[in-house]
Amino acid sequence: MKGQIPPRRHILTLLVENQVGVLARIAGLIAAKGYNIDSVSVGETMDASVSRITLVVHGDDWVMEQVVKQLNRLIEVIKVVDLTEEEFIEREMILVRVNADPPNRAEILRIADIFRAKVVDLTHRTYTLEATGDEDKIHALLELLRPFGIKELVRTGLIAIGRASKTPSTKLERVAGGDGEEGAKKSPAVAT
Amino acid sequence: MKITGAEILLKSLVEEGVTTIFGHPGGVILHGTDPASDHPIKYILCRHEQVATHAAEGYYKATGRTGTVMVSSGSGVTNCVTALTDALVDSMAIVVLTGQLPAVMGWDAAQEVDTVGTARGCTKHCFMAFTTEEIPRIIKEAYFIARSGRPGPVLVDLPQAVMTGCVAYTGHPKSVAIRGYNPQMTGHPGQIKRAAELIAQARRPVIYGGGGIIHADASEELHELVEITQIPTTLTLMGLGALPTSHPLWLGMLGMHGLYWANRCLIDADLIVAIGSRFDDRVTGKACDFGRQCKIIHVDIDPTSIQKHVKVDVPIVGDVRCVLRELNKELRKVKRNWARDFDEWYGQIEVWKKQHPLRYEQQQGVIKPQYAIDMILRLTEEYDPIIATGVGQHQVWAAQFYRGRKPRRWLTSGGLGTMGYGFPAALGAQAAFPNGLVLNIDGDGGIQVSLSELSTLVDYKLPVKTFVINNKCLGMVRQWHQRVSAHHPLPTGPVHQPDFVKLAEAYGAVGIRIERPEEVKAGIEKAINTPGPVVVDVVVEREENCLPTIPAGAAITDIVRAPAPTPDKSSQTWH
Ligand SMILES: Cc1cc2nc3c(=O)[nH]c(=O)nc-3n(C[C@H](O)[C@H](O)[C@H](O)COP(=O)(O)OP(=O)(O)OC[C@H]3O[C@@H](n4cnc5c(N)ncnc54)[C@H](O)[C@@H]3O)c2cc1C
Ligand SMILES: Cc1ncc(C[n+]2csc(CCOP(=O)(O)OP(=O)(O)O)c2C)c(N)n1
Repeated sequence: MKGQIPPRRHILTLLVENQVGVLARIAGLIAAKGYNIDSVSVGETMDASVSRITLVVHGDDWVMEQVVKQLNRLIEVIKVVDLTEEEFIEREMILVRVNADPPNRAEILRIADIFRAKVVDLTHRTYTLEATGDEDKIHALLELLRPFGIKELVRTGLIAIGRASKTPSTKLERVAGGDGEEGAKKSPAVAT
Repeated sequence: MKITGAEILLKSLVEEGVTTIFGHPGGVILHGTDPASDHPIKYILCRHEQVATHAAEGYYKATGRTGTVMVSSGSGVTNCVTALTDALVDSMAIVVLTGQLPAVMGWDAAQEVDTVGTARGCTKHCFMAFTTEEIPRIIKEAYFIARSGRPGPVLVDLPQAVMTGCVAYTGHPKSVAIRGYNPQMTGHPGQIKRAAELIAQARRPVIYGGGGIIHADASEELHELVEITQIPTTLTLMGLGALPTSHPLWLGMLGMHGLYWANRCLIDADLIVAIGSRFDDRVTGKACDFGRQCKIIHVDIDPTSIQKHVKVDVPIVGDVRCVLRELNKELRKVKRNWARDFDEWYGQIEVWKKQHPLRYEQQQGVIKPQYAIDMILRLTEEYDPIIATGVGQHQVWAAQFYRGRKPRRWLTSGGLGTMGYGFPAALGAQAAFPNGLVLNIDGDGGIQVSLSELSTLVDYKLPVKTFVINNKCLGMVRQWHQRVSAHHPLPTGPVHQPDFVKLAEAYGAVGIRIERPEEVKAGIEKAINTPGPVVVDVVVEREENCLPTIPAGAAITDIVRAPAPTPDKSSQTWH
């Protein structure tokens, strides 16, 4: 079953208990497969006891299927979805400081404008831009800025949300306490 | 009234039905390891934390009740890591309670270890108590997680401040609700129907059962399935005992060192019914070739076990007992003369059995290890003994020649193959059944890994009978070496060896030595009739190999068989 399709990008979105050590467990599990985490972003959901983690990992489909099952097996993980097979919207935000010598300033501003990036800081020699977009857009922007000399780049890591019509992601919202829908995928185990 | 965290902990453990704790003390857990002498919990002080943890595994496997361990911080915790890993891969329900320094963490204080960080990779789950109040809830959850679903080890880290803090005890929680954890017990009815249909059509089916049947306490249901369908049944190393070995449809163990015909059945079957077994590479060989020719049904409570190595046609996620009950209901409705339909299949299996029987030849002079082990198993069978093993050749032979009527009587380290497992596992089982016959069949290598526990056996009057199958080398490694590098000197011997009889006596146990074939029977009988812990040094042939074998990485079809028997009339052959 191994390696029929070359490794590709997988976006995993997880709802987890908002507790100490959860991220370490998740990172450990992915590291144990020999995979690098390309990006990770974490934040609270509308229910403060639940966090959402978005992971981007390159891996074989069949290994990623195991990863998803194993993540699901972790006690603190409430729900995992591999968005790769779904319709979704993705965004990343970057802050980038680029050399802006006077002759280049107009050109940099024009690029920023086309990409709807904002100048959030400036010095005599640099502009700092803020931009958001999907992977392709961010990549294209950075390629255009690269010739001017990028001094520093900070990225938030990718976040993604399923299209509203898609059931798995709406289920996710329910667990996350969004929109007042009740019921989680993993209903709690009850023992007496 | 306010009481300390340590007292609350003990109350919680009593509530969870804990009667025995295995452990090794230390400064920061003293408050826990010191119950009054009339306390309902018995504390067994082992000589090493790894051993205490293996003992808890043995206790769990033999009783079905979660084993409990209590150890101190730092090295007390790191010593547990091997055994926790062993418990994780073999799905053993244990709870390990560890002492921790006062609540402030990360100061590199004396004997401070990031316990939870260390345990993350080798536990099903781990907890850290931050307040005294949460002890009852954590203990309730820990025992629930350890024993439910796919069983596994759970660790609870208890800082000293939490143990010494005083709060009012408000009782034990009645229930647990963990939103991220809900093992699927019942199988999908549609899948169960599909499975029944496949079974009803099969011509050459085989049941490949594993440890999951034991964990689910589903031997009766398995037995029923076999009775209804008359399907020949093989079990993994971890599943031994799930079907009585005297059953006419019992094929013996399959896998790397499994019996020839059991493996042949898997190669030639048109349907494999995998129940609570996880297609380990020691069973499938090269997984891509496994089960190509047939349909596969797979019942397992853990979705990660399913479709992991081998593609299956009918996956059923659920507890073996729940699923088999439903499946048996479906199969009872099938109108079919099962035994007659399988006549040809049975005939084929008989041919394989005759072609390559499991055999050894005990000649004059030196004891064959197989003979010694076979005799131990034959002579003790009537007592339904609990048998623990070390890891290596003796383990494989014990499995090949295994005789047993009941589940939970076979304790061995399968997934991790931890040498030194036998002694403590036997100790744990004997602690649970002080009057039962508990044997440890070990190697001369393995016994020395955990020999210190002879002290514990003597201390607590636990009458484990240990048989050291003494080939004066690390036999399994010698065998591998022989295959991969025939001409190189082996780093596996000869080595200096202690006198096991004198060692037993030095510890206050009884030592017996058996050196000649004609002494074997009397020696075994003497050992089982001697009260208290006994160590029997059985001196055996050094160069014997475990056969058949599927070389590591090869396909199941590449099985290496024992050579044809020599036509020597004076030798005794057992089938
Ligand atoms: C030297 C050596 C030689 C070996 N040779 C062999 C050999 O020849 N043959 C062999 O078989 N093994 C052999 N082994 C052992 C092997 O490595 C594996 O440990 C073993 O095959 C696994 O057994 P299992 O498939 O029964 O799974 P286990 O490890 O027992 O796992 C149990 C499975 O059942 C599931 N389960 C648990 N509880 C339930 C429940 N309530 N309901 C449903 N499912 C449940 C679990 O999720 C898991 O998938 C050898 C080991 C050593 C050290
Ligand atoms: C802790 C540990 N270290 C190393 C091994 C590798 N190993 C597997 S079998 C074996 C030899 C076992 O020798 P012995 O206990 O004498 O048993 P025998 O094979 O001779 O029956 C070794 C070293 C292991 N399984 N466990």
